[in-house]
Amino acid sequence: MNFDLSSEAQMLQDSLRRFLSDSYDADSRARAIEAGYSPDIWAGLADLGVIGALFTEDQGGFGGTGFDIALIFEELGRAGAVDPLLDTGVLASGILADLDDPAGLLDEVIAGSVQLAFAHGEPGGRYGGRVQTVATQVGDDWHLAGRKAVVVNAPLADHLVVSARNGDEISLYLAEKGLAGIRPYPVTGGGMAAEVTLENVPATYLGPAGDVIARAEARATLALCAEALGLMEHIRTLTIDYLKTRKQFGRPIGSFQVLQHRMADVLIEIEQARSAVVNLAGNLDGPDRDRHVSATKNLVGEVARLVVEESIQMHGGIGMTTEYELGHFAKRLTMVDHRFGDALYHLERFIALSAA
Amino acid sequence: MNLDYSDDQKAFRAEVQAFLDAELPERLTDAGRKGRAPNKAEYEEWHAILNRRGWLAVNWPVAFGGTGWDAVQRHIFEEETTARGAPRIVPFGLHMLGPVLQKFGSEEQQNHWLPRILSGEDWWCQGYSEPGAGSDLASLKCEAVRDGDHFLVNGQKTWTTLGQHANMIFCLVRTSKEGKPQEGISFLLIDMNSPGVEVRPIVLLDGSAEVNEVWFTDVKVPASNIVGEVNKGWTYAKYLLTHERTNIAGVGFANAGLANLKRIARAEVDGDRPLNDNPHFAARVARVEIDLMAMATTNLRVVSAAASGQAPGPESSMLKVKGTIIRQEINALTRTAIGPWALPFQSETLEGSNEGEIGPDYAQRATGQYLNNRKLSIYGGSNEVQRSIIAKSLLEL
Repeated sequence: MNFDLSSEAQMLQDSLRRFLSDSYDADSRARAIEAGYSPDIWAGLADLGVIGALFTEDQGGFGGTGFDIALIFEELGRAGAVDPLLDTGVLASGILADLDDPAGLLDEVIAGSVQLAFAHGEPGGRYGGRVQTVATQVGDDWHLAGRKAVVVNAPLADHLVVSARNGDEISLYLAEKGLAGIRPYPVTGGGMAAEVTLENVPATYLGPAGDVIARAEARATLALCAEALGLMEHIRTLTIDYLKTRKQFGRPIGSFQVLQHRMADVLIEIEQARSAVVNLAGNLDGPDRDRHVSATKNLVGEVARLVVEESIQMHGGIGMTTEYELGHFAKRLTMVDHRFGDALYHLERFIALSAA
Repeated sequence: MNLDYSDDQKAFRAEVQAFLDAELPERLTDAGRKGRAPNKAEYEEWHAILNRRGWLAVNWPVAFGGTGWDAVQRHIFEEETTARGAPRIVPFGLHMLGPVLQKFGSEEQQNHWLPRILSGEDWWCQGYSEPGAGSDLASLKCEAVRDGDHFLVNGQKTWTTLGQHANMIFCLVRTSKEGKPQEGISFLLIDMNSPGVEVRPIVLLDGSAEVNEVWFTDVKVPASNIVGEVNKGWTYAKYLLTHERTNIAGVGFANAGLANLKRIARAEVDGDRPLNDNPHFAARVARVEIDLMAMATTNLRVVSAAASGQAPGPESSMLKVKGTIIRQEINALTRTAIGPWALPFQSETLEGSNEGEIGPDYAQRATGQYLNNRKLSIYGGSNEVQRSIIAKSLLEL
């Protein structure tokens, strides 16, 4: 057993942390939030090999393990980055990679020249993945008809990976984004999403859904939880700094025992979140994957709420403002519970999987 | 012991209900239904409707144009109006300044300012907190220096709620640096249209801008605008606080929030069943409802004690802590209930941009309200400050 990073992983972590801290300041983050991402930073991530590190050698990359994903996304979280690496680099391309890249897009993904989104959730479907969108074969082509809700990164994507049903069979298709109806909007905490309307949009068949969606969502859940961990770490730093510097009643508020104990609890829970992320990273390709997905997502969701609420409370009014850095991190961390199933969803799933 | 309302109280509730049936237009409950903050015109229209009925100043004596209601009547009124989603009564002039002027103001001040509060001619805001004086309010620095027949005010106030609508601000200002910090504070009324007053909005997490920074640079204020005695402002501020804490428990808001949460939980489909039938979710909702049922009675116990002549003391700190915990839990569960619809950022300030709204109507403000209501445990004396008051006054530790 060894919890240390390999020297290659250490180098990647160091260079990514340096790159992101050089790239993200208040102004550049505000611009990226506005635009949904930053083209310069995206190009930088590709140049640094960060996108490639999300894929195995077979897939054209040089990583692709759970620990690679965890390391990269923790750094993105620490920087409060809004770039859609999860959607393009893990979720949608994870599906393509699993199906042996039938459209030949992975090289472009790794080079940073293409953006993707996975259009799966539908209005009224919550986290269950209910698919009513219909795929109809028309000659050699397929046509897709239906509605997809809250498709993260759809406004920036060049292609959409779409789940659709043909009778009882759920399959995966690739559609040009330009042919779909896209109603874009900003996401709380940064990035863009859209309501997507498909009215007989021509698409390419990629393959049967099978376990492909669950695998891709497991990897994306790991990425999201690792990002949450990075967000928590930065929030912890901001809050400790504030406790040390903010003075009321003639002394730093961090000298009050009640706040010391609460901050100590926050630290303990963040370490729990780190261990949960390690558990999932190490079991991502193992037989107990889904139980770990639910355990980690449940725990991270609960800890995220604690960290957000305690950090704002300990800051007081300043923690409620958009101008202060905490605001962005707190909003982004709050949204972690709203993708791929929330803490309650995964609690129930964990119980069901544990009983099986 | 008898938990029932008296016949008089029941008759009063019926009277309030009949009034609301007749006089509360649906357009004024739109904000409440959507969970957005009412705009200025909506507040003003509701104030005018209440004022015509003589029900605007719920905690003023009849002699000053108030209702003369006791605490239970006020509670019934509050319960009925919040249940309908009516705008709240903007508290700064009516619940805060009014009682201070009635107790400590000169007759001239009373005659001048009180009718203008009722008529809506003046919109007041509160100038207490400063960047360096939050929980430690007595350390405030905004300074008023006497210069002939006026004061010259310099400094900054912050978290000034709805200051963007106000034409008047009541401020705690430093008039002496001698002795204890509490002993050099005065209560001063300042015209926001005076030269040297600048209001800058503070944008909050949900994108709203309901609070402001207010800057004073060499602002001339007539000496006659000082309330009571110079350097006695802390006493008046503490008196004001007991009135600010009317309805501090927020039972009406919590009930309305809980009803909304249950409506969402029935509408949201989780797999093949309503979210309501998810036992883990249902347990969380039940737990907060049980807490709320008990807290409503704690609130009534305190309210009844005040009605028969006892002033609500440090018990109001208890109500504030428990009341805000309950409301924040309801907000958090509501955010959970809307699922992925929490992601679209739907700011109040975007409203009216005609881009239309994303997702079901009940989802649009849930995330914003969750974020915005983090303020409940911060403002009006943070929950940490309230617990210190409880420790000192009730526990005598």
